[in-house]
Amino acid sequence: MAEASYPPELLYHPEHDWARIEGDVATFGITWHAQDALGDIVYFDAPAIGAQLSQNEPYTEVESVKAVSDVYAPLSGELVEVNERLADNPELVNEDPYGDGWMVKIRITDAGEAGGLLARDAYVATLEE
Amino acid sequence: MAAAPASATPLRHTSLYEKHVALGARMVPFAGWEMPVQYEGVIAEHNAVRRDAGIFDVSHMGEIETSGPAALELLQRLLSNDLAKVEVGGAQYSVLCREDGGVLDDCFTYRLGPERYLTVTNAANHEQDLGWFIAHRGTHDVEIRNRAEDYAMLAVQGPIAREIVQAIANAPLPKRMRVEERVIDGIEALVCGTGYTGEDGVELLLAPADAPAVWDALVRRGARPAGLAARDTLRTEVCYHLYGNDLSSDHGPIEAGLGWCCKEDTGFIGAEGVRAARSDPPPEQLVPFKLIERGVARAGDPVVGGGHVTSGTFSPSLEIGIGLVYLPRERSAVGSEFEVDVRGKARRGVVAERPLYRHP
Repeated sequence: MAEASYPPELLYHPEHDWARIEGDVATFGITWHAQDALGDIVYFDAPAIGAQLSQNEPYTEVESVKAVSDVYAPLSGELVEVNERLADNPELVNEDPYGDGWMVKIRITDAGEAGGLLARDAYVATLEE
Repeated sequence: MAAAPASATPLRHTSLYEKHVALGARMVPFAGWEMPVQYEGVIAEHNAVRRDAGIFDVSHMGEIETSGPAALELLQRLLSNDLAKVEVGGAQYSVLCREDGGVLDDCFTYRLGPERYLTVTNAANHEQDLGWFIAHRGTHDVEIRNRAEDYAMLAVQGPIAREIVQAIANAPLPKRMRVEERVIDGIEALVCGTGYTGEDGVELLLAPADAPAVWDALVRRGARPAGLAARDTLRTEVCYHLYGNDLSSDHGPIEAGLGWCCKEDTGFIGAEGVRAARSDPPPEQLVPFKLIERGVARAGDPVVGGGHVTSGTFSPSLEIGIGLVYLPRERSAVGSEFEVDVRGKARRGVVAERPLYRHP
């Protein structure tokens, strides 16, 4: 399993999700802390393309050997792509949570929402409380 | 994801605590102890035990020594199985029942001498079990000693576990369900041919201060440190009960599927209740299950139409959701299908043969 890391170019949601914003598309996943707390991930239920995600609302579940957790949308938008590889290789979320373990991409509906997310240092500070 | 709740009383540490921390284990509160739930990852640790060998620190488990001329007579009252059948150097599994047959604990008892027995208890129940033993001593000519502080316990489990321990032992290891004193890497230990993973292997009872050196010697020889999470997936695959999940004082051993370790003719406390349950079975029965669709049912998930899951996990060996479930008796036959409510979603399961996993 990878070492703890929190890339500075991402924005973070306090429920341990990250967002990478590129133009009007955002990629979501769960943080290193989240995958570490869950342990070996065995199922990722991909939501349907076209689904409307709302900021701060769960959009799917991720299940590990020992636990199940909701996955929260850092931003609102229409789901335009899911990481199909996670259906057969959910362990990618553990191995590479910010890369091959990404979960979904959305078309952002309200760019202003990004202001409510945390920068890396602010998120890491929440983990140390 | 919630943080672990703060504990009012400080958690206890086994003599291997520093080893676990140095190995990068995730430590969690368990029955008053801070124990390693996993090191590298539950699936890798689980597979190591199924394919090679794993080593578990189970020093949190308690020990009660019962000795003296009336030791057997007292233990026959307290334990459900027929301990008279166990020779010196033998081991036996049994449950401890209340008068009404409700299960107080499940435990292994080792016969160390003609009049000397060691009973291994679950950590969460140890103090209560000890009190139960003492409360029922009466006029029996026995000594009951709390030995929990005197023993660390290591479980070395897996197809090559015995080979690893044998390499540093002074004499052949005891066979399955046997116990012998041996010197392991220069250290005196009780070696027991038991375990709770469904694999061959041994459990070592030794002085806590000696445990770190033996742990290191076994790890160096290829026993992979494995945590409570792997222990749980391993025991669930072979349908071994976990007290607090699958066993409780609300249920008797018959409905829990433990009638095989109850010998009512010995007159143990609770035998009448067990006998009654055997002739007129309770409305629910604990059975193993597999999910026949994607997902994992967890302990506490209700079954549509009655019953509930008591243990539920993803099975690393079978790669499906499995567990143990109380079902209405008329719907508990092997092959019966049911629906379990998993976080608001119905998932289909089927009652399966015990054990759920068997070596290929």
